[in-house]
Amino acid sequence: MNATVRPVPYVAIANAGKVYPSSHGAVTALSDINLDIRPGEFISIVGPSGCGKSTLMKCVAGLETITGGTISVAGQPLSGPPDGMGVVFQRDVLLDWRTILDNVLLQAEFMGRPRAQYRDRAMQLLDRFGLGGFEKRHPWELSGGMRQRASICRALLCDPDLLLMDEPFGALDAMTRDDLNVELSRIWQGTNKTVLFITHSISEAVFLADRVVMMSRSPGRIVDVIDIDLPRPRSLSIRETPAFGAYTQCIRHHFAELGILQE
Amino acid sequence: MTDWFRSLFTGESRTRDIALVLIGSLLLWEGCVWLFQPPAIILPAPSDIWQSFIATPGTFLRNMLYTLGTTALAFAISVALGVILAIGIVQSKFLERTVYTLLVAINSVPKVALAPLFVIWLGTGLEPKISVAVMLAIFPIVIDTVLGLRSVDPDMLNMARATRASKLDVLLKIRLPNALPSLFAGMKVAISFALVGAIVGEFVAGGKGLGFLVLTAQGQFDTTRVFVSLVLLGLMGTVLFYIVDIAERLALPWHVSQR
Ligand SMILES: Nc1ncnc2c1ncn2[C@@H]1O[C@H](COP(=O)(O)OP(=O)(O)OP(=O)(O)O)[C@@H](O)[C@H]1O
Ligand SMILES: [Mg+2]
Repeated sequence: MNATVRPVPYVAIANAGKVYPSSHGAVTALSDINLDIRPGEFISIVGPSGCGKSTLMKCVAGLETITGGTISVAGQPLSGPPDGMGVVFQRDVLLDWRTILDNVLLQAEFMGRPRAQYRDRAMQLLDRFGLGGFEKRHPWELSGGMRQRASICRALLCDPDLLLMDEPFGALDAMTRDDLNVELSRIWQGTNKTVLFITHSISEAVFLADRVVMMSRSPGRIVDVIDIDLPRPRSLSIRETPAFGAYTQCIRHHFAELGILQE
Repeated sequence: MTDWFRSLFTGESRTRDIALVLIGSLLLWEGCVWLFQPPAIILPAPSDIWQSFIATPGTFLRNMLYTLGTTALAFAISVALGVILAIGIVQSKFLERTVYTLLVAINSVPKVALAPLFVIWLGTGLEPKISVAVMLAIFPIVIDTVLGLRSVDPDMLNMARATRASKLDVLLKIRLPNALPSLFAGMKVAISFALVGAIVGEFVAGGKGLGFLVLTAQGQFDTTRVFVSLVLLGLMGTVLFYIVDIAERLALPWHVSQR
């Protein structure tokens, strides 16, 4: 009955915690994380370095096991990586011995799907991300930004329902970054993908997201979740509007109160 | 013509430098023998060595071919068996605890000393020679390949796991290509070891090969023929090494060392 009123969350995280055992004693990377992500929602996570953003993403991806609480994806409690997921890692992890096209198609190969069926889609994605004409090159012949774009194409190849991105634009210059933000926003708009997007940049988080999750350190926890009520589609000029500025200011202010940012 | 002559002494060319050093050494050697007249049993001149070779080139070449065959076969077996063993060791904790530990332990034994055992077990044919050569050559292959299979970027494995890739896919598409540079490093050591093993095998099992020629020539105090065999061995070892080197360049155009 409830489901008709409020849609079932696509990702449900309840009281999740993660403790890494280590030689210097246990490290609590995540503590008491509660977050429901609706299907098709775009969530940005911001927080200072070391607050457990990557850890949270790896737990949702089923690559790390949580040491407390539960995480379910599409109604299924996690036991390993869920079906229909695409992940972009903090580093591009492309295979040096494969061409860019073959690197993108690797996703299909690994998921046990026929390469031939995905060739056209791979070429389309490469085109959209400005890599048309580079499909025969090897990763080491490309710039850092181009490599990261190729790794995004790889994650998108099999049309994932859940897209997890760990600071994908962290190493890029501001201009490329703006460009890719717009492209990502546009791609997401046309689909109903659920996205978990991790970033250091408050303005990037606000620009992309439906909701921004603020995290804080020691232990890693959620301090606030902010609804971003900005119209879509969004163009870069939205960053000059007072509403946008109010959001970033509010988040910055909140971090400052927590002693994470200086005002 | 004069350009060519001048180019002999200017610019950079590895082949030319090596050729100059070799020719220079040979001339020096020839000159010293001519000057000091040591008995041929101590040190023959390069020209005598050449004479001795063209007196019976067939014998030398036939035996060289035999040693080459033994070395190549032993090398191929070592690579095939070594890679399979390495894969087993990386995929199975049990094999790692048992086989790998034992291999590393045996590796510290002077294996050449075991060669006579193989003659007792396998006779004096090709088998004991191959066995000794494989025994020497397989260690660098296994140890280097295990290292290469293991040293995969953890995020690369995470990327594969996130797509629920099969273990076989991860092995064939990530681990093995990632191990190729180490495998080639191992192969460069192994090709020399295989040649050493083949010669040791011929020393103890006799019958045929350059190692056997060295032994019989020594028995007849024919130092010149010993030198002919040694020169041929040196040539063979060098050529074999460069074949592996060229194969590496062709197989790994993507690797940092080749770009
Ligand atoms: N494999 C691990 N073993 C032990 N501790 C770990 C491990 N991975 C992360 N940690 C610890 O967990 C905490 C959170 O790390 P995490 O990588 O999730 O941070 P992050 O928010 O992604 O940081 P950044 O923004 O710098 O990428 C850190 O204190 C880190 O030291
Ligand atoms: Mg991180």
